[in-house]
Amino acid sequence: MDSDNTIICRCEDLTLAEVQEVIDEGYTTIEEIKRICRLGMGPCRGSTCLQLIDRILANQQNCGREEIKMPTNRPPLEGIKMMEIAGDADEK
Amino acid sequence: MKKCDLAIVGGGPAGLAAAIKAHELGLKDIYLLERDNFLGGQLVKQTHQFFGSHKQFAGTRGIDIAEIFKEKLAKREEIKVLKGAVAQGYYEDDVLGYSYNNSFYKLKPKRTILATGASEKMLAFPNNDLPGIYGAGAVQTLMNQYGIIPGEDILMVGAGNIGLIVAYQLLQAGVKVKAVIEATGSIGGYAVHASKIRRAGIPILTNHTIREAKGKEEVEGAVIQELDDDWQLVAGTARELAVDTICLAVGLTPKVDLAIQAGCQMAYVAELGGDVPVRDDCLQTSNPRVYIAGDSAGIEEATAAILEGELAAINVAQDILSDRKELIAEDKTTREKLKALRKGPVGEHVRKGLNKVRRNEDAGKDRYSRSWKG
Repeated sequence: MDSDNTIICRCEDLTLAEVQEVIDEGYTTIEEIKRICRLGMGPCRGSTCLQLIDRILANQQNCGREEIKMPTNRPPLEGIKMMEIAGDADEK
Repeated sequence: MKKCDLAIVGGGPAGLAAAIKAHELGLKDIYLLERDNFLGGQLVKQTHQFFGSHKQFAGTRGIDIAEIFKEKLAKREEIKVLKGAVAQGYYEDDVLGYSYNNSFYKLKPKRTILATGASEKMLAFPNNDLPGIYGAGAVQTLMNQYGIIPGEDILMVGAGNIGLIVAYQLLQAGVKVKAVIEATGSIGGYAVHASKIRRAGIPILTNHTIREAKGKEEVEGAVIQELDDDWQLVAGTARELAVDTICLAVGLTPKVDLAIQAGCQMAYVAELGGDVPVRDDCLQTSNPRVYIAGDSAGIEEATAAILEGELAAINVAQDILSDRKELIAEDKTTREKLKALRKGPVGEHVRKGLNKVRRNEDAGKDRYSRSWKG
């Protein structure tokens, strides 16, 4: 497969080749891969790429997808301006 | 920070049904948060008629079901309906944070029903970022909500119900559907949808996958290839279709971010589309304040989502208003309706999945690590 033109993470514009390079360096969990190349850290918060990367890792590690650990899920779920949080609308 | 009896996240079929049912049963202090600026969720894109029993809207188009719900909701002015409200997080002290009108708000509900729906799955293939490649949901939004066709010649990837229905809607809109391809050996959707496609002369090619999209600035073609029973490519079967649009209908995965943040025990269940919260028969998760309903509990259809929304609402009412006799009876009949809906060969997949969402040793694996459990 032409992995240079296969997009895995659309938000961070990461190709399969770039993700594979990170895996080949020895980073084998999604949490690690995310910290190295920002996979899953864009505005969609991994809603497309996490469904692809777990399959890739499962294939390479010869296990089922259920064995692949998912990264920590934290608020906020969507982009939010600092002023919105700092504004504390309902405490006034 | 405001307090309330019930917060419902998501104004699709499950959330709408839950809000109306909860209010009907006597809960007054209800918030309904909807991310979009309109209610109805995926119903508003569904121009086809529903199957099943008459009481569950059979013969009615999805878009009309959304209208029926909206009318019912409008009569119940006590329900605080916030359109354009984005749930941003569920915190350890069972506080729900949301943004609304450029401000951030916190809400402490006694109970929360998560009805956040699902997101579309994507495929990895070369040039999968070319303009002209859409998810089936996006195609439905374009055509059925905005009246715009996505292209002239299309390849549909996926022969589940969504792939088949959207392929037929494209046909109705005058788009040429070159083929519907399906990687597995069988058509996942209902036969009635498949035969409509076949009658129009469109091939449904099982054991076929997409190899790559062709094109420089936009899609100009798609290479498809046959797969054998071991999912291996069959040499010499690759061929290119001249299409300007590729539609991916390769499944949905439940949106469960808030459930994870709420500390709910999760289970990976392929049959339900991915990771879903473990729950009991009343749809209560392992965090007793949190219920789950609709596609975010596992991918099914709108009719199941409606019933699940009602079931969750009935049980929230029981938690808050105590176990009144009529609630126990309603709980029973709603569960029976769900059971009837899932019986037979069509429901087998879902039934298999639901065996893995109970809090027992058969539960699917929890793939998330969390600092706290609800």
